[in-house]
Amino acid sequence: MIPLILKRIGLGLFTLWLVSVLVFAGTQLLPGDVASAILGQSATPEALAALRHSLGLEQPALVRYGQWLWGFVQGDLGQSLASQQPVADLLWPRFWNTMFLAAYAAVIGVPLAVGLGILTAVRRGGVFDRAVNILALGTVSLPEYFLGLVLILVLAVQNPVFPSLADVYPGMGFAERLDATTLPMLTLLLVTVAQIMRMTRTAVLAVMDSAYVETAYLKGLLTGRVVLRHALPNAAAPVCNVVAFNIAYLITGVVLVEAMFNYNGLGRFMVDAVAKRDLPMVQACAMVFGAAYVILNMIADIAAIALNPRLRHPR
Amino acid sequence: MRRIPPTAWIGLAIIALNLAALLFGPLLAPYGEEDILGGPFDPATALNWFGLDQNGRDMLSRLLYGAQMSIGVSLAASLLSFSVGLPLGFLAALRGGWVDTVLSRLVDTIMCVPVLISALVVLQALGSSLPVLIVTIALLDSTRVFRLARILGQGINVMEYAEAARLRGEGAWWLIRKEILPNAAAPLIAEFGMRFCFTFLFVAGLSFLGLGIQPPYADWGGMVKDNQQGILYGLYAPLYPAAAIALLTIGVNLVVDWLLAGRTRPQGEGR
Repeated sequence: MIPLILKRIGLGLFTLWLVSVLVFAGTQLLPGDVASAILGQSATPEALAALRHSLGLEQPALVRYGQWLWGFVQGDLGQSLASQQPVADLLWPRFWNTMFLAAYAAVIGVPLAVGLGILTAVRRGGVFDRAVNILALGTVSLPEYFLGLVLILVLAVQNPVFPSLADVYPGMGFAERLDATTLPMLTLLLVTVAQIMRMTRTAVLAVMDSAYVETAYLKGLLTGRVVLRHALPNAAAPVCNVVAFNIAYLITGVVLVEAMFNYNGLGRFMVDAVAKRDLPMVQACAMVFGAAYVILNMIADIAAIALNPRLRHPR
Repeated sequence: MRRIPPTAWIGLAIIALNLAALLFGPLLAPYGEEDILGGPFDPATALNWFGLDQNGRDMLSRLLYGAQMSIGVSLAASLLSFSVGLPLGFLAALRGGWVDTVLSRLVDTIMCVPVLISALVVLQALGSSLPVLIVTIALLDSTRVFRLARILGQGINVMEYAEAARLRGEGAWWLIRKEILPNAAAPLIAEFGMRFCFTFLFVAGLSFLGLGIQPPYADWGGMVKDNQQGILYGLYAPLYPAAAIALLTIGVNLVVDWLLAGRTRPQGEGR
């Protein structure tokens, strides 16, 4: 098992490197000159040349990539073009805001979704199963902003329970922060719970049909024990994957939700950077999002390896 | 032909309605896209069924005009993504060897970054014009089409009839056209529906962020963004375009579910 996990970590690091190549290539090699993007259409050729020199743009792309990556590894994310501040100072507080929102949704959503998935699988074909499935189908097809708008309308305007805009500021208390981010959290929850639930249901159902589960029932074990001890460990791998996929979604799909609730997170930050065409900020955001995505997938695979009884006890 | 279930009929009706809006939207619209008829967010009347938007323009007319942008752009992107992904996927499946390895690794690399992030990086470099938007989304999306086409192609390529055709000396193009495409058609049509849903939501999402279809064109994602303030006063204005987006997604999903239902049944359902 340990070699398998080490191999997966190595693969994850390699993927991270690939992401850095893609992000750099995407921002540097595409047509569209950074210097003219900063100075605008009316810049003189001399000013453009001077700026290119100060940005180090006349060096070969490979050298610039090396410098960029080396700075990145050391935590230097470059200077913002728009505000002339270090990108790192602007980025990390917003990153933690996004993580807070994603964690809030995940802590409530994942146990809820997996629990519902198991329950519906055990009560297959029953009223509860059908009702939950219809609800899940509905929320899966609705876009985030539709759900968000309905939530604002019902829970903030018609019945003022939660604030409609998720304003957070440094030094805010934990309870206040939870209250402010409840509506965006609920929006994310509705989208992800349905997906995780449906995948969990399918995975558990596939295992429940197997011979050893039937044996366990015939031995006279109670449903709870059959599901938790016999079925669930073997359904863990697909469930882990879909959970990771959805948490990765939480981190990127959060972009729309943050824009909707005007939440000061990394997603809205990146959208602003793209609108201002602020290259170093976009690069840094893309790297952070890409890294989060790669790392989450890696954790899911490792968890699937660790939870799989057949891989845990190799012959 | 098996019986069409009522859910699929609902889906087909929704798609037909949206197609009508796509083709004839501006003809059906009672007012122009930019005509200002009254104050911001004026309520619905007999003449303006859904009321007015944040600039006092007729909501229904904007929705009908917006259908062209929202559906048209996503349809163009899905078609382009299939015309890139399908041939390459089939080619990788038929040729194998280094062609397959190079294409598959390239696709894996692109897929290890979330689509939204890749798209934002490209839009940062090139700006959000319509061609850039369509080509970017299509190319990013074609990685998914490539994967499916490759797996389908590999499955069919080892069948006896494909083997027989190869022994007869038929070329790769003939094999794709006469053996692989007809046998892969059903899952590919379902996939087209799902990819369309994805690009449609994606374009609407980008427009909602202000990075997709740019004004003065009306489009549903942008209309949600523009009218969003209305919700704070308890107005339904931003819900109409959002509901239009949701409705089409649900409609396509219902039809896709029906198309896929016949194929997944043998694997456990209804035993």
